[in-house]
Amino acid sequence: MITDEPAIWTQGLRKSYPGRGAALDGIDLAVPAGTVHGLLGPNGAGKTTTVRILATLASFDSGQAWVAGRNVARDRAGVRARIGIAGQYAAVDGVLSGRQNLEMFARLHRMRAREARARADELLERFDLVEAASRPVRGYSGGMRRRLDLAVSLIRSPRVLFLDEPTTGLDPRSRIEVWDAVRELADSGTTVLLTTQYLEEADRLCSRITMVDRGRVVAEGTPAELKSSVGGRDLDEAFLLITEGA
Amino acid sequence: MSTLTEPTVHGSRITWATVDTWVVAKRHLLHLVRRPDELLGTLMIPVMAVAMFGFVFGEAFGVAMDVPGSEYREFLLPGLFALTMAFGIGNTTISVAEDVRGGVLDRMRSLPMSPVAVLAGRALADVILAVVELSILLALGTLFGWQAHLGVGGVIAALGLLVLLRMAFSWVGILLGLLVSGPEAAMKYFALVFPLAMVADTIVPTDLMPGWLALPAAWNPLSSTVIATRELFGNTAVPATTWVGEHALTMAVLWPVAIIAICLPLAMARLRRLGR
Ligand SMILES: Nc1ncnc2c1ncn2[C@@H]1O[C@H](COP(=O)(O)OP(=O)(O)O)[C@@H](O)[C@H]1O
Ligand SMILES: [Mg+2]
Repeated sequence: MITDEPAIWTQGLRKSYPGRGAALDGIDLAVPAGTVHGLLGPNGAGKTTTVRILATLASFDSGQAWVAGRNVARDRAGVRARIGIAGQYAAVDGVLSGRQNLEMFARLHRMRAREARARADELLERFDLVEAASRPVRGYSGGMRRRLDLAVSLIRSPRVLFLDEPTTGLDPRSRIEVWDAVRELADSGTTVLLTTQYLEEADRLCSRITMVDRGRVVAEGTPAELKSSVGGRDLDEAFLLITEGA
Repeated sequence: MSTLTEPTVHGSRITWATVDTWVVAKRHLLHLVRRPDELLGTLMIPVMAVAMFGFVFGEAFGVAMDVPGSEYREFLLPGLFALTMAFGIGNTTISVAEDVRGGVLDRMRSLPMSPVAVLAGRALADVILAVVELSILLALGTLFGWQAHLGVGGVIAALGLLVLLRMAFSWVGILLGLLVSGPEAAMKYFALVFPLAMVADTIVPTDLMPGWLALPAAWNPLSSTVIATRELFGNTAVPATTWVGEHALTMAVLWPVAIIAICLPLAMARLRRLGR
């Protein structure tokens, strides 16, 4: 749904963990609906913290956050009903089969048993998991596991999807599979916030990128803008220049 | 497929909490079905306990109590039923700690499901498992000559008390699972179940314990359930001399209810705090 209202909007988002400095030190984000937005930064930059806050999994100290038109601090249930989340650490049940995972999470998404079964079939098909459907997830390859994680996050056709380093630790082939899936989602109009440490990945998938480092936004723009701001160098160099300059 | 569908939520909050609880419980039960060796391992504890305490120590304890071994086993079985309920804490704690670590709990928290069901599902699965364990123990006990003497009503009431105790211990395990740093820690703490299970009127009558142990043993929630179930089964018992012992039936209900009333809200608060 393309409206003027951003699908994700934050202002001055701050959070610190007890006994540590600020993990987020004023993050501003505005992600137009229906786009793929990259949150790019090195390890420890605050990407996961940002995603967890926006997905209602973590609280924040100050600032404002809105997701799919809902206030994250005040309307958790409203946010939860409209988002999907898939992570670096695929949170699926390893003992259950792929199908059992999908059916269980579909039921917890308040689908009736029959509806849940149909949805599981659909997603297994779409993510090429039909053959492995009844095997325990433990035996899946990294790529299969990630695809299942993605499938689980799409059960309720979320308006906003958070992908936290969806390709970290994957072999090149699985990485391309995940990229294809993200593109397909973008084509279907889902808003995606994708975190990554890989500049190439952000360049390929995202219409805009927010670069973060040590809990702060250090640059924002389209991949082309970010490249030209540092004189046409590639994004890797751009990132180094920008974070060092900050 | 449309990405614009608004989630449709029908039905009342309580109905959904019940459905969600069942879905989560089913997950834990499917684990046992998918890993039958683990189920077998779980069931082995009570079976071994009957064999070890009944026969290895049985004669000696019988001598100490001045009764024949067979009568000691009659005294012992209700103790072992309750002891099995206590040993379940280990499983519960480890399973919850694994879900915290593995991220499944996070995923559930990001869903529009009932928050209490995330944990209550584990408790329900434990209760169902407890019924299975108790059935096996009853069969085994019968095989070894143990009997309930006061009819079906007494048996059902006794089993009800045992299941209630397990539900209370399940909430203790859930709370601990949310507090420990991980499943490894949960396994290391498992030894703590021993004093809970044995400093009680389970295996050794409390009047054979040194005085300083007899008091905590008498006030151990397990003791109330054991004494109450011995009464309901019509099994050999040592006459109670303490206030708690004399009010065992009441206490066997009050203890678990109080434990749940404390642990459930603490566990829910802890679940919310996981998101700090
Ligand atoms: N649960 C936590 N407790 C304490 N500190 C944390 C916790 N999670 C993250 N941090 C700290 O917050 C900062 C940001 O972490 P994170 O959001 O995970 O970064 P990223 O995902 O970009 O690698 C890091 O310095 C990290 O050590
Ligand atoms: Mg991270």
